Amino acid sequence: MIVAQFEIRDDFRERSCVADNGFCPNWIADNLDRYWAPLGEHVYLTLVAVAIGFVIAAALALVAHRHRRLVGPIVNVTGILYTIPSVAAFFLLLPLTGRGRTTALIALVAYTLLILFRNMIDGLDSVPEESRDAGRGMGLTRRQLLWRVEIPLALPAILAGLRVASTTTVGLVALAFFAGAGGLGEQINADLAFKSNVVICSVLCVVLAATLDGLILLVQRALTPWTRAVSA
Amino acid sequence: MPAALEFREASKQYAGARAPALVGLSLRVEPGETCVLVGPSGSGKTTAMRMVNRMVDLTSGDILIDGRSVREAKPAELRRHIGYVIQHVGLFPHRTALQNIGTVPQLLGWPKQRIAERARELVALVGLEPELADRYPAQLSGGQRQRVGVARALAADPPLMLMDEPFGALDPITRDRLQDEFERLKERVSTTIVFVTHDIDEAIRLGDRIAVLRQGGELAQYATPGELLLRPADAFVEEFVGPDRSLKRLALLQVSDVELEPVGAVASSDTPLSPATSLRDALAALLQEPEGRLPVAEGGQVLGCLTVDAVHAKLRREAGAPSRG
Repeated sequence: MIVAQFEIRDDFRERSCVADNGFCPNWIADNLDRYWAPLGEHVYLTLVAVAIGFVIAAALALVAHRHRRLVGPIVNVTGILYTIPSVAAFFLLLPLTGRGRTTALIALVAYTLLILFRNMIDGLDSVPEESRDAGRGMGLTRRQLLWRVEIPLALPAILAGLRVASTTTVGLVALAFFAGAGGLGEQINADLAFKSNVVICSVLCVVLAATLDGLILLVQRALTPWTRAVSA
Repeated sequence: MPAALEFREASKQYAGARAPALVGLSLRVEPGETCVLVGPSGSGKTTAMRMVNRMVDLTSGDILIDGRSVREAKPAELRRHIGYVIQHVGLFPHRTALQNIGTVPQLLGWPKQRIAERARELVALVGLEPELADRYPAQLSGGQRQRVGVARALAADPPLMLMDEPFGALDPITRDRLQDEFERLKERVSTTIVFVTHDIDEAIRLGDRIAVLRQGGELAQYATPGELLLRPADAFVEEFVGPDRSLKRLALLQVSDVELEPVGAVASSDTPLSPATSLRDALAALLQEPEGRLPVAEGGQVLGCLTVDAVHAKLRREAGAPSRG
């Protein structure tokens, strides 16, 4: 810890502020570039975890959409994964997968599954039965009905799930340093007592979460114009 | 070209149900005719209709469209050539009215240009304001949605169209207007129609032929509206068409169907009836007249005089009873 403190504070102009572990704008301005690499790791872990989680949840949702009796068991299993505290998951996985990104990603992915899967199923269930009936009656095949009617109509719920999963994952990645996967959490942990350090890392986490949330929201608006159509 | 439709001993037994939903239905719908399936709930009318496009599969018997069994075709292929309108319309909420109308042409692989032209054409045909074409279903009223639903069913010019209580969920005024428009639409599109309703008045108004089904899925009578009202096959049909069947028959007749009496002393203030007025409306007008008589005029020329007695005589003659006077 001492070593880390020396490392992080080697370049400074306001000796007293830094020595007091204070919030030092000048130090921040001079040292901001040391945070880009951890931020990059943070973004990488978040995006990869959410992307893998999305693919797995989508596969599960498509199977469960066809075989409804699987919905319960899948919710139960992903629910159990969801309740395991992520820090505990990191430690549980260490003997199996060792320290590093793989361990962190397995735990992070497991954490997204419940949120993503449930929103996908809720979205598919929200498709009006009469639209389904009319679609089949006009000659859409099962696959056409899925891709042209059911999935588009499920998009608002699916993307809402993606927003929650992404912002939650940004928060959890801050703990991924327990698995030795880097990220902003490692940077915070490098000097927990130094306010400037903690503030930068925290602000970057918040900005990252808000950016992802906003981006997905923009995508949702672009993809689902009918949801904003006001009743006549 | 409108299709001929034939049910041959078509039956349906749903898995797990004790009684069959439909028992040995046999009837033939001629090309271009509107056949209304009517009956109380549990009479199998919707099942019968849904078996035509295989939304429900036959348990036994067969259904032939232009002589070809529906069993032979792939369900999705078959359905693309059969218009389908349901009570709750089932528009796709994420597509505009125009895109909804283009659904089947799109499935059939029409070029985009042709789909757009056809969709615009149908918007006009069903009497939808053109500026509503780019709205989403949530932005349309119930009546407008059902118009889009009918346009969507007609988009690929199907030889056969199935309509399941299409006006059932609308308020009475909108329903009346859409029934009216439907009657006119029938003249302009050449398609065979199977129309399901539980409303005998709607059946009489819109059907060329009416199949009355009874609980348990049996056909009680298959006849033209006039025959049905004049000669109900049994007590069930008689009760189903209602005690006012002579008034319903009047609705099927026009003033021009009755022999008019020479114009006598008719007050000039009387508003004359048109020959195209339904006898039901004419009788209602006559009953308000102290003398029970009204002039009939067309294009300013008085053709004669309609009396309550003449209306009565017409009904009696139709029923085959000797007319009085």
